[in-house]
Amino acid sequence: MNLDAKIPSGPLEKKWDRYRLEMKLVNPANKRKFDVIVVGSGLAGASAAASLAELGYNVQCFCFQDSPRRAHSIAAQGGINAAKNYTNDGDSIFRLFYDTIKGGDFRAREANVYRLAQVSVNIIDQCVAQGVPFAREYGGLLANRSFGGAQVSRTFYARGQTGQQLLLGAYQALSRQIGLGAVKMYPRTEMLDVVLIDGHAKGVVARNLVTGEISSHAADAVVLATGGYGNVFYLSTNARGCNVTAIYRAFKKGAAFANPCYTQIHPTCIPVSGDHQSKLTLMSESLRNDGRVWVPKSTGDKRPPRQIPESERDYYLERKYPSYGNLAPRDISSRAAKEVCDEGRGVGSGGLGVYLDFADAINRLGQRTIAERYGNLFSMYETITGENAYEVPMRIFPAVHYTMGGLWVDYHLMSTIPGLFVLGEANFSDHGANRLGASALMQGLADGYFVIPYTIGHYFVSAKQAKASTSHPEFKKAEEEVKVRTEKLLSIRGRRTVTSLHRELGKLLWDKCGMARHEAGLKEALRKIPELREEFWRNANVPGENQDFNQALEQAGRVADYMEFAELLCLDALNRRESCGGHFRTEFQTEDGEALRDDQNFAFVSAWEYQGPAKPPALHKEPLVYEEVKMTQRSYK
Amino acid sequence: MNLTLKVWRQKSPNAPGRFITFQADGVIPDMSFLEMLDVVNEGLIEKGEDPIAFDSDCREGICGMCSLVINGVPHGGHKGTATCQLHMRHFKDGDTITIEPWRARAFPIIKDLVVNRWAFDRIIQAGGFISVSTGGAPDANAIPIPKADQDQSMDAAACIGCGACVAACKNASAMLFVAAKVSHLSLLPQGKVERHRRVTNMVKAMDAEGFGACTVTGSCEAVCPKEINLTFIARMNREYLAAWFKGK
Amino acid sequence: MLRLFQSSLGKKYIMAVSGFVLFGFVIVHMLGNLQIFLGPEPLNRYAHFLQSMPELLWLARIVLLTMVALHVWSAIKLSLENKAARPAGYEGNPTPVAASYASRTMLMSGLIVAVFIIYHLLHFTVQTPAVNLTGQDFKTFLDPQTKHHDVFRMMVVGYSKFWVSGFYILGMALLCLHLSHGVTGMFQSLGLKNEHTGKWIDRFALAVAAVIFLGNCSIPMAVLLGYVR
Repeated sequence: MNLDAKIPSGPLEKKWDRYRLEMKLVNPANKRKFDVIVVGSGLAGASAAASLAELGYNVQCFCFQDSPRRAHSIAAQGGINAAKNYTNDGDSIFRLFYDTIKGGDFRAREANVYRLAQVSVNIIDQCVAQGVPFAREYGGLLANRSFGGAQVSRTFYARGQTGQQLLLGAYQALSRQIGLGAVKMYPRTEMLDVVLIDGHAKGVVARNLVTGEISSHAADAVVLATGGYGNVFYLSTNARGCNVTAIYRAFKKGAAFANPCYTQIHPTCIPVSGDHQSKLTLMSESLRNDGRVWVPKSTGDKRPPRQIPESERDYYLERKYPSYGNLAPRDISSRAAKEVCDEGRGVGSGGLGVYLDFADAINRLGQRTIAERYGNLFSMYETITGENAYEVPMRIFPAVHYTMGGLWVDYHLMSTIPGLFVLGEANFSDHGANRLGASALMQGLADGYFVIPYTIGHYFVSAKQAKASTSHPEFKKAEEEVKVRTEKLLSIRGRRTVTSLHRELGKLLWDKCGMARHEAGLKEALRKIPELREEFWRNANVPGENQDFNQALEQAGRVADYMEFAELLCLDALNRRESCGGHFRTEFQTEDGEALRDDQNFAFVSAWEYQGPAKPPALHKEPLVYEEVKMTQRSYK
Repeated sequence: MNLTLKVWRQKSPNAPGRFITFQADGVIPDMSFLEMLDVVNEGLIEKGEDPIAFDSDCREGICGMCSLVINGVPHGGHKGTATCQLHMRHFKDGDTITIEPWRARAFPIIKDLVVNRWAFDRIIQAGGFISVSTGGAPDANAIPIPKADQDQSMDAAACIGCGACVAACKNASAMLFVAAKVSHLSLLPQGKVERHRRVTNMVKAMDAEGFGACTVTGSCEAVCPKEINLTFIARMNREYLAAWFKGK
Repeated sequence: MLRLFQSSLGKKYIMAVSGFVLFGFVIVHMLGNLQIFLGPEPLNRYAHFLQSMPELLWLARIVLLTMVALHVWSAIKLSLENKAARPAGYEGNPTPVAASYASRTMLMSGLIVAVFIIYHLLHFTVQTPAVNLTGQDFKTFLDPQTKHHDVFRMMVVGYSKFWVSGFYILGMALLCLHLSHGVTGMFQSLGLKNEHTGKWIDRFALAVAAVIFLGNCSIPMAVLLGYVR
């Protein structure tokens, strides 16, 4: 497999300019001759579909929700970064680039990240022009705040609903193109396979979720913007419908999967309240500015928190990281919470939680000030838990939040399958081993608004491919495979629900490949996953039929893919014998328990190639060559 | 706690529907309403029965996918709360809960509690946008926007498009939804350029979908999970009148 | 122009504008009739003043009738559309959340008021003897001094019957229920409500409905209680 990233030559800051100068263009009158399929309608997908249609391409866009406006980008709270330097605090494109590379623990590709920082400024302009109501100062100019430990204020936000507002901006642009007839939208339609003809991506096979109809759609290129795979852990902050299916099917058709083990665990989520739990809710990280994290000193201490005297409390973050204290980075505070819970000192009914206590802050600043700062979060907490956090400490616990890994793409955002482009969280390119706060929205929109519109035309001109038709045998074959698989799922009629199998898989992954991983555990997971997969295909109960609105069948198809994908995730985690960013191997840590990177042996992107059902995937390595930055050790003591 | 659920079951859009009673036992107060239904569905699947179809996605009150009328009130009637954020602690042991889909001609039922809300999307497609293409936008700070206007615009923009307003309104009117989008965009200078065209086209699309008119009962704002209020409807009325006077 | 009659918002404007004119008429009508408390002479003079200009009077009547027609047409048209928009209701027909009684019953209160208005016109404008339940012909009532129509006496006799006054008071109650919601709706439909004025408009609507009710009902009450005779 050829992992040529096709990075333009020349100095880092000139690469994107140079690319745009040298790329091949499609004549405006010829653009309407090209068809593009966009799968997914979140920030990346909607912005790509709209921008491509504006250029004149014929676009077909698919989403499994009932409307493109519901994609999970909508749930992002905090904000979007851009190197505007409106606050005059020394920000620059280079600083945003460097922060992102360093935040990703030096496991991202330099040229891609630099381009991301470059186009970040255009994103804000574009969004404002679309009517995104970003927060403003009294003078009428845009407000900024600092976020995710950055030392400059470069985050633009729209209350706690930045993702929603950005998505609605992209959705409106997409809707405009749908209204103009330039985009054909397929809501409640799930992509179930990519179709390749002569090695090029030429279309997809999709299932209409309302009628069960399986149909083929041909195009000159396919763009996957289908988000992350956090739900492989069953419980995550992702929406229920988020899934790995689209990119996993592409993987099975030959697209390399890069760094699947890089998953981000967010430290401040509301803990699990029982087996019925269907998802986890994120509480903004900003709470750690005034809350103190603690657990009881002794194990099994079940007294109510207010009855535990100061002397019997362990403020473990302040103890372990005196200079950063409660503000230690996401991965570090997540791991610390896991450690104390593993020791049996966790709080709450399941013992999986730590206190985030505002009593000191309320004493110092008064309840009013705290309410002004976090009122909406406190009420959200009360809605979910029924507890008043002004009186009793909040309980929080880490949860899977984002996946940095994804399909391998080159500088053009094209996967190892020609004509198959991958955008947003679905690709691997920009966040390395750990994503910084307020960067996901930036990447999704950068890819969709400002990268794919350029690179896709270059592909069309240079690939010179013939038009494909859905009558081609490859489409028929793919349709047949999808039908067979669907029938197979429906014919198991076993005794266990798909949810219970998924829950079991999730728990296994969370325990063995979650916040802290080690060789023995990963090997155990790799042994158990095939067993569970075998049980799934033998004993799962998928009710109903195909020609129907069948949510159980949708879920079963996704879980079936998780059952395979989980193995890839653990394999990658096992293979990466170092700790970096969100990937923490307990064998590889410094004396103080910090992540120990191995730049000598692991400064590469792991790209896995599917080899067939019975064979392990093949590992290919894209070396990470840094021209501008020097790798350093992160320290938060 | 143990509950009795009266759930609307309907096989397909044109099939007749009816209420079926289910027993939900061992419900934990910390469960969300949808998690309670998940547990009921698990039981149904184990018994080999067809689970209850209902929409949900983000389950944190922002995507607008969930859509249940609970005891006659869309989203169950807790201020500023979508169904997915409604928790079982608000119910009592032994309660009987009626669960129905959104009911409106413009929202045909797909199955059980799932409705088709594409009518909302068509309204947005008719004009709920600012006609700017990617690229060429001026610097984001080129047009200062008064903070008060921006705040008000954001109040309207918070709409999650769930359709509870339509479900609650005795006329199945979509005025609050349309007004929220019209207001969001017309309050901003960049949206003022095509304000007349926008409101005219959106209202036309709204009427064509078969939504009812506004009789100012206030049911919509009472159930709106984002607490969008009636003054935006007045604003839209004003916008539409202005557009009419200008012949646009 | 066509758009006004076709779109839902346009029909609401028609309803609001016609409602506004009719509301204005109700106020002026009440103020004129309250002159009954000043005695026969001022009231009859006012009545003669109005009747002495048949061109203007008929112009006003035509305008008012047109407004009634538009108001009723838009109400019925919108109601049919609204019913069609919600073909199936919810289990047990629960009361729509937060909707006031007045807002839910606008069509019904409006239709009953319409019936009342027909009666009221037959009673005092057309002066059909059959509907006044007194056996007298109001057309024969003449002011002994001016020989003009004695409106004062007509009102006293007209309201002397308990059932007639009772129906009148019921009509007023429904009219004011209708107005308590209709006046705010009128401002809302024309886009004249906003964050600042909304609260005051709601209060104004309630207050003005109460004033109209008390003002108009004071006349039959005064007659029945023998205060005006």
